[in-house]
Amino acid sequence: MDATPSNIDLQRSNYDVDAIRADFPILASEINGYPLAFLDSGASAQKPECVLRCMDDVYRRSYANVHRGAYTLSQAATDYYEGARKTVARYINARSDDEIVFTHNVTAAINLVAHSYGRRFLQRGDEVIISQMEHHANIVPWQLLRDEIGIELKVAPIDEAGNLLLDQLAEMFGYKTKLVSLTHVSNVLGTIVPIKKVIDLAHERDVPVLIDGAQGIVHTRVDVQDLDAEFYAFTGHKLYGPSGIGVLYGKKDLLNTMPPYEGGGDMIERVTFEKTTYRDAPARFEAGTPPIVEAAGLAAAIDYVDGIGVENISAHEQELLAYATERLNEVDGITIYGEAQHKAGIISFTLDKVHPHDIGTIIDSRGVSVRAGHHCAQPLMDWLGIAATTRASFGMYNNKNDVDALVEGLNYVKEIFS
Amino acid sequence: MDDDVRELYQEVILDHGKNPRNFRQLEDANCEAQGNNPLCGDRLTVYLKVDEDRLIRDAAFEGRGCAISMASASMMTQIVSGKTVSQVQYLFDKFHKLCTGEIEEFPQDEFAHDVDKLRVMSGVRQFPMRVKCATLSWHTMNAAVSGDSETSTE
Ligand SMILES: Cc1ncc(COP(=O)(O)O)c(C=O)c1O
Repeated sequence: MDATPSNIDLQRSNYDVDAIRADFPILASEINGYPLAFLDSGASAQKPECVLRCMDDVYRRSYANVHRGAYTLSQAATDYYEGARKTVARYINARSDDEIVFTHNVTAAINLVAHSYGRRFLQRGDEVIISQMEHHANIVPWQLLRDEIGIELKVAPIDEAGNLLLDQLAEMFGYKTKLVSLTHVSNVLGTIVPIKKVIDLAHERDVPVLIDGAQGIVHTRVDVQDLDAEFYAFTGHKLYGPSGIGVLYGKKDLLNTMPPYEGGGDMIERVTFEKTTYRDAPARFEAGTPPIVEAAGLAAAIDYVDGIGVENISAHEQELLAYATERLNEVDGITIYGEAQHKAGIISFTLDKVHPHDIGTIIDSRGVSVRAGHHCAQPLMDWLGIAATTRASFGMYNNKNDVDALVEGLNYVKEIFS
Repeated sequence: MDDDVRELYQEVILDHGKNPRNFRQLEDANCEAQGNNPLCGDRLTVYLKVDEDRLIRDAAFEGRGCAISMASASMMTQIVSGKTVSQVQYLFDKFHKLCTGEIEEFPQDEFAHDVDKLRVMSGVRQFPMRVKCATLSWHTMNAAVSGDSETSTE
């Protein structure tokens, strides 16, 4: 599905950001008397009308519990839920729908792997490689496992610009390396990690790989067969879908060797008090009533993104990133963090003598929403030697006015702090 | 909203934020505590010298944070010096309620002078996400006099 460059150019010239904005009702809001400039899609994206309508429709017309009732509505809800699994599988080019496990978010997906895969296949002294720029969601589950069974965490370094140091990563592999768990795109620095290269490196040494795709799937096309990672995890709410749903893609044979993570209804074959047998994946990992309507909403979001084309969205975001980088560099006292060769539409910065929280509050009074803080990546912050940054992150609906509002907001901050 | 922001970031706060008073380690402190705001990663340490009559002889702090938390800590060290532990706990209670909007005004009592300073901070009322920035140093001070070495806004 790779668009050729000329193809992208052609499509980009047709990229109608105004039409896209019109699909997102919240973007018409005023915040504190100013038009909303929403620059925090990296934390969670806004939702298009079709997602809202789809979820509303399911609740109004097709809602019941799934997989349980032999009646029309239960069948309708099940069709939505299982249909969503198909949509996800098709979107990331999985071999089979059975490779798509629905979770509550990417955090839950990573915890699932750490608990289930980790407890089954890892032993004391085994090593898991992560990187310096992980989100806490891809650090803490491994630390819990470390405390429980005594694995070791190895941290792959990055350079000043935020590029992953592949040569040094390659040297970290040893006979005890049992898993690489890596972010696809840094939520702070915007770095697009060359995960394909890392996966190849790992596979040469027979080491499986988990990719935290929370930010990656939003900005790039993901083809799990081409990538060949054992696991790819992401979260619905950053992909213009609802909160409360995440996805763990896993290779089918591998998933079926893994023990259940949570126990309960829907994941069993047969229960007696003496012994219970479990269903195959994905059901094995979906104990209890799943996020039914959220799955339907996620499928609607994926159809919407796919209709526009993630390549086109990413080309648009690249334009905004270049524009924002240029405009922010005009502001005195700005330091931008993250200058990797390949960057997604995420830009972190600090402003001399002003704490990010103060920036966040002050520019919000001008309608600009940004994230201020450590972005759940404290080890990265420590490495950068700062406590916090301000982060603007772009979605498909942002435009140059949003960037201008940000820069004007920063000038207002400077006026107050002058 | 612009007015609210201007009220929050008024001169006094910006001044204390930029040049916090009593910003140092207190060598002979006998009470100290660390305060963390896990939401933003900000942290500060409050040092107090409390005598046997529970009178606070000296107060200081160190740490990093936003203008609001630095200014609040700075003013707090000035206010608590020379007061008894129960007096500062009383003030903390009122200040906290003022910041969260539970009360509109300070009671008119013998602390009128300090209250003028604290009232400056009460602009955070309009910004619920920032109340913790204003109260972190007070929570930490309270933990220090209560003998807890670590506290958090959560
Ligand atoms: C790279 C990365 N990983 C994990 C997460 C966690 O996502 P969620 O809170 O949806 O589980 C995020 C977002 O917060 C992220 O940016």
